[in-house]
Amino acid sequence: MAETETSHPDHLAHHFDSVEQQRESASFGMWLFIAQEIMFFGGLFLGYIVYRIKYPMAFATGSNLLSIEWGAFNTAVLIGSSLTMALAVRAAQTGNNRLIIRWILATMLLGSVFLGVKVVEYKDKYDHQLVAGPMFEFDADYVLEREAVPAVYADDIDVHDPQFGSNVHLFYSFYFVMTGMHALHMIIGIGVMIWLLVKAYRKRFGPDYYSPVEMTGLYWHFVDIVWIFLFPMLYLMGRH
Amino acid sequence: MTEHSGNHHIMPLKIYLGVFLALMVLTILTVWVAFYDLGFLNVFVAVTIACVKAYIVLLYFMHLRYNARILWLTAAAGFIWFVLLTAFTVSDVLTRGWLPPPEAW
Repeated sequence: MAETETSHPDHLAHHFDSVEQQRESASFGMWLFIAQEIMFFGGLFLGYIVYRIKYPMAFATGSNLLSIEWGAFNTAVLIGSSLTMALAVRAAQTGNNRLIIRWILATMLLGSVFLGVKVVEYKDKYDHQLVAGPMFEFDADYVLEREAVPAVYADDIDVHDPQFGSNVHLFYSFYFVMTGMHALHMIIGIGVMIWLLVKAYRKRFGPDYYSPVEMTGLYWHFVDIVWIFLFPMLYLMGRH
Repeated sequence: MTEHSGNHHIMPLKIYLGVFLALMVLTILTVWVAFYDLGFLNVFVAVTIACVKAYIVLLYFMHLRYNARILWLTAAAGFIWFVLLTAFTVSDVLTRGWLPPPEAW
């Protein structure tokens, strides 16, 4: 204790006794925030599960209209960005400032690619009237043309039934809110990384102080985990 | 500083690359398996693979493996909360209408 009281580095806030205590507080606080985020996304996931049980055919049909290719590509991009983020944290731990900047830039780039793909997908759904709202009318012919109705349900579904159309729109309401909230988290993450870059350019990080990089990493990996669950739930489970 | 706590743990590059490859393989696996109809197992397989992927990310990318137990507890609290929320709600939703509404006396 005596050692830490005499040396008081710039990056140690005054309300902490030691760098170690400061680091542990940051970690614990970040994990509490992540637990709260699980609750936030958990509500959305549960809503989706309940309505999927209620309208399995419409949800499977809506799911089949999504592009597995884009979804899988984005999953790979996001996993890649988690790797670059983890490497940025490692670069901070080993005190390699140039690598911190390089890996953070790579993470931002991959995050932007993900969001760009999302824009392409949203545009496609918007063009095909797959949005619930007064200006949109469910396009049954598009569903038939894409052969989106799973074979097992083919005899039970009347795609021209307005109730079926609004149930498919319900799937897309969940899709837009869940992926939209996820995308918002990514935009916030990229914003935080701009702040990290500024600090990194000023050479603020090193083996003794890298909590901001590490905490941003935790946040980014959590957002990755949310997508790891969103991808199968939205894109893959409607195949049969 | 001679004494290093768990938070200082620096993992070798090899582990990060291995974790990345494992996640990629699992992604390919989950997409591949989605094209086969396994009946009621479809959802089970997809969710299991997603859980394994999430666990790997938690352990290595998020360093839980090398961190203090309190962080494990915090993360687990979030997940257990979600499991409880889902289990109770879904058990209600699935069993609606199993019994006829009670008759008036």
